[in-house]
Amino acid sequence: MESIKVLIVDDEPGMRLGTQRVLKKHKIDVDIESEYQGLELIIDLAESGEEAREKILADKPDIMILDHKLPGIQGVDLLDELKTDKTDIHTIMVTAYASIEVAISATKRGAFDFLAKPFTPDELKHTFNKAVKHLVLKWKADKLAEEKKQIRFEFISVLAHELKSPLAAVEGYLRIIDKRMAGDELSGYDKMIKRSMTRLEGMRKMIFDILDLTRIESGKMKRELKQVDIIEVLKDSIDSVSPDADQRGIHIHLNREEPLFIDGDQTELEIISNNFMTNGVKYNKDNGSLNINLKEADDFIIIDFIDTGIGMTEENKNRLFGEFVRIKSDETKNITGSGLGLSIVKKLVGFYNGSVEVKTVLGEGSVFSVKLKKGDNNG
Amino acid sequence: MEEKTILIADDDMDLLEQTTAVVEGAGYKTITADSEKSAMEILENTQPDLAIFDLMMENMDSGFILSRKVKEINHKIPVIIVTAVTSETGLHFETDNTKSSWIKADAIINKGIRYEQLLSKIEDLLK
Ligand SMILES: Nc1ncnc2c1ncn2[C@@H]1O[C@H](COP(=O)(O)OP(=O)(O)OP(=O)(O)O)[C@@H](O)[C@H]1O
Ligand SMILES: [Mg+2]
Repeated sequence: MESIKVLIVDDEPGMRLGTQRVLKKHKIDVDIESEYQGLELIIDLAESGEEAREKILADKPDIMILDHKLPGIQGVDLLDELKTDKTDIHTIMVTAYASIEVAISATKRGAFDFLAKPFTPDELKHTFNKAVKHLVLKWKADKLAEEKKQIRFEFISVLAHELKSPLAAVEGYLRIIDKRMAGDELSGYDKMIKRSMTRLEGMRKMIFDILDLTRIESGKMKRELKQVDIIEVLKDSIDSVSPDADQRGIHIHLNREEPLFIDGDQTELEIISNNFMTNGVKYNKDNGSLNINLKEADDFIIIDFIDTGIGMTEENKNRLFGEFVRIKSDETKNITGSGLGLSIVKKLVGFYNGSVEVKTVLGEGSVFSVKLKKGDNNG
Repeated sequence: MEEKTILIADDDMDLLEQTTAVVEGAGYKTITADSEKSAMEILENTQPDLAIFDLMMENMDSGFILSRKVKEINHKIPVIIVTAVTSETGLHFETDNTKSSWIKADAIINKGIRYEQLLSKIEDLLK
């Protein structure tokens, strides 16, 4: 559990001790999340600006209750020093004159709030609570920023790793070809050249997917909303996967012919449709089927992609939408992909007030249900 | 001269293809396996003259497991383990067989090696 360090700076002993007494008895209640509930106060005292400065240098307080009028260095001057030091102490300025000028000059110098002397215990508690609340919010923001940095770092490490692997493969092939290590027969190198091309293609796809992902995340993807016929989009996807599907005897069926319009961006809808369609073929079994069923429900369109493929365990199902997540098994080891498809889809579906639900049985097949709002999708 | 047969196991399709091509290019016969499991099955009824195993396949130590199996069948069959572990995690294995009894391999070499190094090791071990 965290604690809050408080420094009370006042040249009058009565004020120092009185403030301390009120805060000691005070139970912090600032209506914040439980992880910050019951914060402990560690209170220290200083009777001059000089002493305060020393104590701050030795151990920075979180909250300082600072008298404006001190014998040596003045409260505002101390604030000035702190401001240039960039210390993030929440200072409550205490002033005998409730003058607006002092308040303004103190706030300019980085004071968080001020209290006019004489003040009641309740006024003190109230102002103190505000400072605590602000402090805790800042802690939370810092923690979030740190987590974000961590996630970004992890993303980049994984990305680097994923890009290294095709590079290493192609490099290996080139070395062998360069030294003619597989003999003098040219045809002996055919497979190596094919594999190199496949790996490079995969690498290129991954780079484009990453660009999509970052564009979507940064909001830089230009959206052009218009009435798009989702049936046309789905049919185009079917056309693009049908060479692969035909080769493996996979039958694709769409349950609706007449147009169904959605207020959306053509490219986004294509990306969504293509991803489910390719997955439905890639992870299907030979001679299996992929049924695309459309339903309308209130303001929404629901598209079910029902495949008779390899399915997956409940545990793997929950990881699916993460970046670079691919399920490793005997069935998937020869299937190429970067594991970005579904994470892109998930972000895009969010633009349509939508969701994706997955039902799946290992070895039997999966249903990916995509729900998209028909209209008002510009936010 | 009688052709020597080398068993190669790697779950990375490209590394398997590369190692096989290089080893065959040097005049050896090969048997390949793309998993620990299939290598095990092959070992049930075949005795290669040498084996090359990827360290991490289904298990973190698939290479060692297979190596142990080979040595059980015939401790004279040399085993080379290829791994990315040393370079990527900084882990280091003792490759001298006399010092580390638990690692039953005759050589441990880095992945992404120049294949010349692998070939000279094979030649050494088959002497
Ligand atoms: N219809 C499906 N049936 C079974 N497994 C699936 C299905 N769709 C996705 N998966 C599993 O989820 C993983 C993640 O899918 P995703 O589409 O994000 O990536 P990918 O297909 O591997 O690569 P790509 O980025 O090229 O789409 C896949 O690797 C696969 O293991
Ligand atoms: Mg995919």
